[in-house]
Amino acid sequence: MKILVQREDFDVSLEIKALSKNPGIGAVASFVGLVREVAMTLEHYPGMTENSIRKIAEEARSRWQVIDCTVIHRYGDLRPNDQIVLVAVASAHRGEAFAACEFIMDYLKTRAPFWKKEHAAEGSRWVEAKSSDDDAAERWRLRQGATKP
Amino acid sequence: MKVTVRFFASVKEQLGRELEEIEVPAGISTVGGLRAHLRARGGRWAEVLAETRRVTAAVNQDMVKPGAAIKPGDEVAFFPPVTGG
Repeated sequence: MKILVQREDFDVSLEIKALSKNPGIGAVASFVGLVREVAMTLEHYPGMTENSIRKIAEEARSRWQVIDCTVIHRYGDLRPNDQIVLVAVASAHRGEAFAACEFIMDYLKTRAPFWKKEHAAEGSRWVEAKSSDDDAAERWRLRQGATKP
Repeated sequence: MKVTVRFFASVKEQLGRELEEIEVPAGISTVGGLRAHLRARGGRWAEVLAETRRVTAAVNQDMVKPGAAIKPGDEVAFFPPVTGG
């Protein structure tokens, strides 16, 4: 399991290659989040950020047959089209990999202590949390058990 | 008891403070109690930590509900709902 919180960009293909070494792996599902349209600064809570992502990834491992996973989240100043986050999950089969990847992303959105501040021409503003993100995380809690292998 | 309190993002900006060592008066034993104690400072504190504002708390880097206990030496944090990913 690889969890990184960093300023620097990441190379998705290198990360997926590094994740795919175990011969038991038959599927890698990945998600990349990008900055849309407006430049932003991402603040985080050092220490808590890494721990919360680790907990979320461990929760995913307890629910699905995850062989390995990589989560990289950037902070600092980002421009439109920059990569923000990578979640990549390796499993024997695609179903488990897709589900665990989506689960990690949904939980990260509501549990990992990051805050976006957008810098538009008319000024800077903190991005408001969306209730749809809470709903996305909540449905996994409701589904608990149902998706277990 | 003494606790360290940290503030992040809009809460930090609006309070103009990032980190503070606070001597918590006797009788206050929860995160919610600490928030009310800070709110009682008035001015910006009353505004930013108002009950109507969505402010999340963490104790020792774990998100908690207002009823969560605090003890000497804890690191308590107050911040707006997270917006990463």
